[in-house]
Amino acid sequence: MSVLSFLIKKELKQFIRNPFLPRLAFVFPFVVMLLMPWVATMDINEVKLSIVDQDNSLSSQRLINKIDASDYFNLKTVYKEYEKSLSDLENGDNDIILEIPHNFEKDIINGEKSSLQISANTVDGTKGTLASNYLTGIIYNFASEIMAEKGLAADTGNLIETNFMYNEFLNYKHFMIPALIVVVIIMMCSFLPSINIVSEKEIGTIEQINVTPVSKIAFIFSKLIPYWAMGIIILTICFALTAIVYSLTPAGGFFNVYLISIIFIITMSGFGLVISNYSSTMQQAMFIMYFFMMIFMLMSGIFTPVSSMPDWAQWLSYLSPPRYFAESMRSVYLKGSSIVDLRNSIGLLTLYAVFLNGWAVISYKKRM
Amino acid sequence: MKVFGAFIIKEFNHIIRDKRTILILIVMPIVQIVLFGFALSVEISNVNVAVIAPTYNSNINRLIEKIDANEYFTVKIRLNNYKEADKLMKEGKIDAVVYFEKDFDESSIKDNTPDIGIIVDASNPNTASTENMLLSSIINDFVSSEMNKGNIHTTPMDINVRLLFNPRMESSYNFVPGVMGLILIIICTMMTSISIVREKERGTMEVLLTSPVKPISIILAKMVPYFTVSFVNLITTLLLAYFVLQVPMEGSLLSVISISVLYIFLALALGLLISTLVKTQVAAMLSSIMLLMIPVIMLSGMVFPIESMPKFLQYISNIVPAKWYIMAIKKLMIEGLSLSHIIKETVILFVMTTALISLSLIKFNNRLE
Amino acid sequence: MENAIHVENLTKSFGSFKAVDSISFEVEKGEIFGFLGANGAGKTTAMRMLCGLSIPTSGKGTVAGFDIFSESEKIKQSIGYMSQKFSLYEDLTVSENLTLFAGIYGMKRAVIKEKSGIILKELDLWREKDSLVKSLPTGWKQKLSFSAAIFHNPKIVFLDEPTGGVDPMARRQFWEMIYKASENGITVFVTTHYLDESEYCNRVSIMVDGRIEALDTPKKLKEKYNADSMDTVFQKIAVKAQRGE
Repeated sequence: MSVLSFLIKKELKQFIRNPFLPRLAFVFPFVVMLLMPWVATMDINEVKLSIVDQDNSLSSQRLINKIDASDYFNLKTVYKEYEKSLSDLENGDNDIILEIPHNFEKDIINGEKSSLQISANTVDGTKGTLASNYLTGIIYNFASEIMAEKGLAADTGNLIETNFMYNEFLNYKHFMIPALIVVVIIMMCSFLPSINIVSEKEIGTIEQINVTPVSKIAFIFSKLIPYWAMGIIILTICFALTAIVYSLTPAGGFFNVYLISIIFIITMSGFGLVISNYSSTMQQAMFIMYFFMMIFMLMSGIFTPVSSMPDWAQWLSYLSPPRYFAESMRSVYLKGSSIVDLRNSIGLLTLYAVFLNGWAVISYKKRM
Repeated sequence: MKVFGAFIIKEFNHIIRDKRTILILIVMPIVQIVLFGFALSVEISNVNVAVIAPTYNSNINRLIEKIDANEYFTVKIRLNNYKEADKLMKEGKIDAVVYFEKDFDESSIKDNTPDIGIIVDASNPNTASTENMLLSSIINDFVSSEMNKGNIHTTPMDINVRLLFNPRMESSYNFVPGVMGLILIIICTMMTSISIVREKERGTMEVLLTSPVKPISIILAKMVPYFTVSFVNLITTLLLAYFVLQVPMEGSLLSVISISVLYIFLALALGLLISTLVKTQVAAMLSSIMLLMIPVIMLSGMVFPIESMPKFLQYISNIVPAKWYIMAIKKLMIEGLSLSHIIKETVILFVMTTALISLSLIKFNNRLE
Repeated sequence: MENAIHVENLTKSFGSFKAVDSISFEVEKGEIFGFLGANGAGKTTAMRMLCGLSIPTSGKGTVAGFDIFSESEKIKQSIGYMSQKFSLYEDLTVSENLTLFAGIYGMKRAVIKEKSGIILKELDLWREKDSLVKSLPTGWKQKLSFSAAIFHNPKIVFLDEPTGGVDPMARRQFWEMIYKASENGITVFVTTHYLDESEYCNRVSIMVDGRIEALDTPKKLKEKYNADSMDTVFQKIAVKAQRGE
């Protein structure tokens, strides 16, 4: 036990004396938590729109004004010909085109069906679909107004009442923030350990340690514990920023988020050390880490939902510990889930923690 | 020239002798493009629905069948009260609930007050609103086609939606150019910066610099192999994108390759610049990751639309080279536009490359003096 | 009395290459044992096996009475090691390094504090005790490494090229330290390629191409090879070497 305390002291001193790491560990959560929620937004607004008005009537003008008044769209141009709008779209000057047909007003007056055409650039599928949904909504709304003016009953719209649970105002930031905490922890608590042991290998100091009777467990834990401490500090910074800047506190309480996060921090730092043990140069460790980091960031449902992945990829995502953490963080933060609700995720995460840290101890070889 | 050749061979040997590195350099991009190309998608699917009704009459049962028949939805469970549904939602087992207040029949639709509740888990606002829209339209269709007795007027407008360039709504059309932009810049920049800094760290750089070879040749010799590796990566990525992920190659292959080569040059220059600024491999790696991976994922428009960001972040996104590269690649590969449509992107990338090269050469020479 | 080191047919192969090829020797307690050989002869590999840093391919042996295959961690409790490349922590101070390694060997804080005070004063490093190791000149770093290796009073200390890269004056001082340790009952196992230094050893072995070609006191070796210095002895033996650098 006292050997461990000597070793931990050494790790802490080395960390603090490093010119780069303490600053990084402190600044990184601030940068991510203050900037990224503004970036990581899928709220669609200000989509560049071009309207092709072939009717040029009072009614078409009324529809155009209505669309222009909406925050979702930024009406760039109104043309008479589709070709002009399309060429703008190809140049990236607009993303969606609405064509109002000839006879639009006449059809409305005569009570006949009028056919409108939306053309959306769907290279980015989400943006394209969401934008055309919004545009469709505005047009239907316009149609209801017209019907109401004519004294006709509205359609079935009133029959259904929608309740958006857990995120009433559909705030995308609230969805992303818990996941961004995951990103911070992944980057800090697995990356830094991954270059730790291998850097001792490269410098040669590991030799002097290996020739002592120090136990593998004491050595590995002396590496892990400082990162756990660092992780908890970073976590606290993230939680505080989230509460202060975005007024978002975990609906399921701080106890739950801390508990899950600590398990995750332990998992990730164990993972980092495993990589470090198997690498012979820092360069190697960093490349392998970069590879896993990409997988962790992109395959864990942080940016795109796991449920949208093909089945094989969903299976694969079970192998990625951040998946459970991201899911759990969102559930606790937004839905107020408790550890009982999340028992499966937490259980699996704990298994990963034990497995990876055990592996870190075993894969550390004192003899070649 | 002979010495220069020898240097290039030395650099190639560094790469080839280290099996793990070569594996990482060549295989990793392949795995990534395939994995992310297939897996990254924001299209909703596998939505689990619970239904709550006091009693299940034939209308409700028919509606449940309708919902279940939809490709996006699976009706998982029938419940009698909301409490159970809330628990299942908190456990993440269901995503949406269709809730009937009372028996659902013709009288329900006459009184013009809500009788059906849709409750969606809105943790993810985008999937929530899409789920809501789809569920509502299924219910509306059901009501108007099967229960309507003529007292409801349908909308007098008909809207056709044309999905340009990506009619099948393949997410890969969006993500593949993004992943290309990500992989090329990270691999190139990280590799060059680390390999130069490593020589600095080990002191071998001093040895090289004392040789009669001009410093600039040493640097160029370092870049040739990494350029080659990147070019190989580019070709494999394009082949995979086309044959495996079935991303179209609408425009000319030559233009795609040309703009990519420009982008690779940019990445190499950026790596060189980083290597002149930092002293250790760790710092080189971390700055490559922090300065590249996160901004490229976040600010290039690969995942999150740039228009939605606050103005100042939109300005910042302009200095992310990947943004311009990805825009150009989308136009060339997917929209099938000609080179004349990407003049702006090309010019910006070219200016960035020139600026980075001159900046790093100035820095590099200063360090030597 | 049992020997400090006892080795029979010890071999280490890397693939088909035999870095150490079936060597056998004994080191008596308290002696200063010189382990000579050209670069690449296998000295460091052999020493690493004895220290429990490398697993032997075949053969058998004991160090401080413990088996080198199965009891390497027990061996580590009884030895000190100073590697060829300086491998203390450059980003820790002089006294932090000593404290760390003494702590790993299970010494108590109070004892460490007292002993490091004495040692640092002896080495004339007292004023530098709170400076980072990376700021020290090479000669001082080597003195520090040696002190760290013997701080916990090991039975045997292994020194791998301890005097590489320092001036003759510092080398003399260093050998004085070795003698002092030896007087205190520590067995010294030292590799070197400075042949004049081998004259300071009680016994010397000379390795060529992974094998021990000669082993005796410097005096007897000189007689046997009819040479006036160890340098000549070495020339005569090493002439058989096949492995180049």
